[in-house]
Amino acid sequence: MPTSVHQLDDGAWLSVNDAREVNVSDLWWLARQEFCSCAMADFLAEGFVEIGVDHPNVEGRIAGQCIECGESGVTDWLTLGRVVDPDEGRFFAVDPGSVHVPERRRRLASPPE
Amino acid sequence: MPSKVEGWKDELYGTEIREHLFRFAEEGWSAIPEDEHDAWFERFKWWGLYHQRKGQESYFMMRIGTPNGRLTPDQLRVVGEIADEYARGPVDNPEFGGAYCDWTTRQSIQLHWIQLQDVPEIFEKLEANGLSTIQACGDSWRNIVGSPVAGRDAKEHIDAWPVIQELHDTFKGNDEHSNLPRKWKVAVTGDTRGSGQAEINDLGFEPATKEIDGTETKGFNVTVGGGLSRKEPRFARDIDVFVTDEEVADVAGGISALFRDHGDREDRFNARIKFLVDEWGPEKLRRVLQDEYVDFELRTAGEDLRDQYTYNAGRNDEIGDYVGVHEQNDGDYFVGLSVLVGRMGAEDVIELADLAEAYGSGMIGLTQRQNVVVADIAEDDLEAFLDEDLLEYYQPDPHPFLRGSIACTGTEYCSLSIVETKNRMVRYARWLKDNVELPDGIDDFHVHLSGCTASCAQPQIADISLRGMKTRKDGEPVEAFDIGLGGGLGETPQFADWVEMRVAADEVPGYIRNLLRIYDERNDGAESFREFIARHDEDELTGLADPEETSYEDPYLNNTKMTWYPYADEDGMDASPAPSPADD
Repeated sequence: MPTSVHQLDDGAWLSVNDAREVNVSDLWWLARQEFCSCAMADFLAEGFVEIGVDHPNVEGRIAGQCIECGESGVTDWLTLGRVVDPDEGRFFAVDPGSVHVPERRRRLASPPE
Repeated sequence: MPSKVEGWKDELYGTEIREHLFRFAEEGWSAIPEDEHDAWFERFKWWGLYHQRKGQESYFMMRIGTPNGRLTPDQLRVVGEIADEYARGPVDNPEFGGAYCDWTTRQSIQLHWIQLQDVPEIFEKLEANGLSTIQACGDSWRNIVGSPVAGRDAKEHIDAWPVIQELHDTFKGNDEHSNLPRKWKVAVTGDTRGSGQAEINDLGFEPATKEIDGTETKGFNVTVGGGLSRKEPRFARDIDVFVTDEEVADVAGGISALFRDHGDREDRFNARIKFLVDEWGPEKLRRVLQDEYVDFELRTAGEDLRDQYTYNAGRNDEIGDYVGVHEQNDGDYFVGLSVLVGRMGAEDVIELADLAEAYGSGMIGLTQRQNVVVADIAEDDLEAFLDEDLLEYYQPDPHPFLRGSIACTGTEYCSLSIVETKNRMVRYARWLKDNVELPDGIDDFHVHLSGCTASCAQPQIADISLRGMKTRKDGEPVEAFDIGLGGGLGETPQFADWVEMRVAADEVPGYIRNLLRIYDERNDGAESFREFIARHDEDELTGLADPEETSYEDPYLNNTKMTWYPYADEDGMDASPAPSPADD
């Protein structure tokens, strides 16, 4: 079964298989990041901008700002969770309060036409 | 590639959603296929139903669109009765009780905790009384805003009510305009107050005069591409077009069709017409409109009336917000009542409807400042009306801190919001009233509190702009606000400068108190608060006053979004009663 992922309601949340899985308004610790000059960005998620799948990970770029230095913008790709077994479809979200490492995208969010 | 939402809309959208909505209402919540939830919830918006946030699954916000915010007493009573019967959640709100109506900044009505099985019955009651939820949300013509007292107001250039009725009748349920790339917000102002706030709408009609064939003709100038959302605020751009009242619908339809055909359907974040105007410029938009969408020669813009605008204008000499007692053009009076943060208990709504009827009022209006207006009170009845018990709470002469407060829905129900809003704004306003002496010269002071960058409380156009944020206090995340100053409309519209960032929510009232003290010490004696702020540049405003903890206590400081409902005793997501068993 293909995994359906998208952001909805103006980027308010990540939907995986038609369930609301990850919300905006949480704080994420970002390490080894180019978002701002802080050693660790204390990043407030304000809106999901892009969602993609890099099996088994569901990834996203999030608009928001570092509440330590005030830098605002859009993150590189972050792992938001994973669907280990696409047939079963269960989504395991990451804990925003742990430390995350944004990465530049290695493949397209959608396959070429 | 068109966005996923566009794909769902291509499959099914517009009026035909209704029959499916009714089928799901009949069969129950679980009849909506699990893998089609997102598609259906997106479509339900078109019929005014917005799925509430995480933890509140199967409950919906219902929006009723009332053009210009106008209702008859009978219609208002029906809305109150529906709220009382159907809009009760599992837990009461500590400030507002178990059932209430929200008057919105676009003159609509929002009810919460609506369940799918009740929708057909509610629609029947609404439609039997000339009300509807059609296109109240979703990608099409939203509620048309303007003066609720159009046709009655003594401060009127042209009666815009027939124009608004024509637009409403033409573009609601109109298949040609039912599926636009994004929401479509229209304002029509006929008064000299500037009360339509056309500056922040996708399409605006502003009062103007133009000499046509030697005759001074009253009509409207046309503006396009305003909006406040997503840290991308734009004032609507002047496209140099004047229309008479008979031409409004043709030009509005032309611009709506232009947006339908040329708006961005691939990226919803770039879809609003403000971005198309950015890309094209107003001259190209006018040219394409002329060449492809209207079949008569467009006139150039007329003389506007902006120097007379008083609505949300920050003027010392006049407050144009309708609150208080005002003589109508027929010798009767309309009375504007302040409704703090626009939320009114269902019993009070019914009582207001009864009161209006008893005094012979033919119209109750909702304003963009979230207040209500009762029209058509005879001069002889005025004293008795003002003595009514209900007006002790919903006052025609409220304290400026109560009068000027606006708040959006917030984390109580909204997926996007970062912070609690309405109950907090109530506490802010009451604390300020009890603890802060207003400096001489301030009769009107606007605090607009919005939970996020969607800007539903219109934070960028207030004296004090509050936008939901987070910060850390003693290492712990707490709800906070970015604070902006100097916004407002009027002759020279201005967006706020954001000058204090990430202020913990319990330090905001102290900041406002300190700022007002500085205004009191340093103003030149004649300038309004807005003028005082305007003569300082952004650097001077930053640090002008300090945030400070005070006797104000904030019970919502921690992460209200992590709860299923912030005011429940057991508020963790695990304790959520959703989805409602009644719907299965």
